[in-house]
Amino acid sequence: MSKQKMKFVWTPKKAATAISAYMVGLFFIYPYINMLLTSLKPHGELYSSPTKRLPQSWQFDNYIEVWSKAPIAKFLTASIVVSICATLLVLIVSVPAAYYVARNRFRGRSAFLLLVLATQMFSPTALIIGIFREVKFFGLLDTWLALIIVNAGFNLAFAVWLLSGFFASVPVEIEEAAMVDGCTRFSALRRIVLPVTLPGLVTAVIFTFVATWNEFTVALTVVSSPARQPISTGITTFVGQYDVAWEYLFTTTAIAIIPVVILFISIEKYLVGGLTAGSVK
Amino acid sequence: MTATSLATKKVKNRRPANSILSALPWIGPAILLILLVVVWPAIELIRISLTKITSAGALEGFNGIGNYKQLFENPDLRTIAIRTVIWVLTVVFLTVIISLPLAQLINQSFPGRKFVRWAMIVPWAASVVMTSIIWKWMLELTSGEFNLTLRQLGLQDGQPVDWLRDPRYSFFVLIWVAVFVSIPFTTFVILAGLQSIPHDIVEAAQVDGANSWQVYRGIKFPLLRNSLLIATIINLINVFNSFPIIWALTRGGPGYNTDTTTTFAYKMAFVEYNMGPSTALGVINFGFIMLIVLIYLRVTKATRDQA
Repeated sequence: MSKQKMKFVWTPKKAATAISAYMVGLFFIYPYINMLLTSLKPHGELYSSPTKRLPQSWQFDNYIEVWSKAPIAKFLTASIVVSICATLLVLIVSVPAAYYVARNRFRGRSAFLLLVLATQMFSPTALIIGIFREVKFFGLLDTWLALIIVNAGFNLAFAVWLLSGFFASVPVEIEEAAMVDGCTRFSALRRIVLPVTLPGLVTAVIFTFVATWNEFTVALTVVSSPARQPISTGITTFVGQYDVAWEYLFTTTAIAIIPVVILFISIEKYLVGGLTAGSVK
Repeated sequence: MTATSLATKKVKNRRPANSILSALPWIGPAILLILLVVVWPAIELIRISLTKITSAGALEGFNGIGNYKQLFENPDLRTIAIRTVIWVLTVVFLTVIISLPLAQLINQSFPGRKFVRWAMIVPWAASVVMTSIIWKWMLELTSGEFNLTLRQLGLQDGQPVDWLRDPRYSFFVLIWVAVFVSIPFTTFVILAGLQSIPHDIVEAAQVDGANSWQVYRGIKFPLLRNSLLIATIINLINVFNSFPIIWALTRGGPGYNTDTTTTFAYKMAFVEYNMGPSTALGVINFGFIMLIVLIYLRVTKATRDQA
């Protein structure tokens, strides 16, 4: 998309458009603003009457104290390790597949693409009992490894589809020239093609990372001991039977949400293309 | 231009046809991962649904359609199935209907458009379970944002509404949250569709004197058909599968009052340890998704073949 350099001139119609757009934007971030404001309230203010939207005394200390109120550091470590490993696994598996599919015709190519596309449509939720039993079969209940493999499997499709599009856009001649100059096919891929397709790689990496970070159902089912839970299921620690420590709960969700939102915004341009797998043009 | 549309123009970059054997070192790991993570659990699910299974998960031999029979004898299933249909259709319909004008809106040029788009990405990027918990707080009885706003607007006097526990409202609240988290993705898919419409077609119509509604109705909307179809199908699957929203907000309760077949299958398996009928329902859920996937593959075939 090219940036519009035209000077913007306000007319009543355009003002109405802009104002409604701002209201829509506000509507969609409002819950997260509410989260931030609540995370800065002292516990006593949560249910104070009359209710105030803004904290009366801003409790920035919540963001320090929360680390000792619950094993957040452990939750975050689990989420970071699982998300990074799942992302690496997706890259290792999807880059060769996407590259080969983009460059070659072979028997079974369409069947392979169809298989990949179908897996993108399935979420682990529908298969959760089967996943649970398989993980149990391999003795991997309550392990990060189970989360890594399952998340990698379900996010593979996005990466394969997105990357094969990027690979196909690199002229084969550049690669062949490199191979004439003595590169092996693999080093041609590494030195010539991968740098050109960097935006695609970054998108695949961020998408897989964020999807794994946010995954809930498998983590809930497979990892039961609190010490190994990732943040998506670990946050339930704050939900007591009678009292919820909302201020700490929201401090934690803020810490978990803000980084991935920034990552996601950075790949905005490519998201739709990868998710709809070449169907939207 | 998206990477995938580039792909269609570079078909000549491919080398001649090969056998699957030379492809295996490249695509083998991907196939292996899919077999392990998707195909194995699917087969296991179907196998178990035909096996007698104890609440502890021990297998006790072939059971024929016993688990299915037990499932259909469950008096709650009918209501839950009907609710699931209502849930999926309502959420997807509202999502698409609201996303259409929103996409049109954020496709206009106005100062700060980038920030509005970023704001709309937030619910898409944020964890659904966390977003649902935030809504749970906003729907809280006494100090929640919802009741507070209603009070301040003078729309609520006397008792505040307990949105999540009152059976008259809880299901609608779930629909509200599901629509909220589905709109951003849908809007961006439609936006991508709008952006791909060539300017000259639109300009030609404007030169011919079409007003903006006529341009939208006569040119843009028909060209959005593909985006809408894809967005609808992906939403059908996502909403049908949507477990975190219901789990975080109501656990399907009170009782089975807000369960869908997805949360009901989960509840039977992992809360009530009633494995047999749960696997049967799991297979039915899986079959339903399979059906939508097949429709999706058919619908997208035409465009995919060019890639």
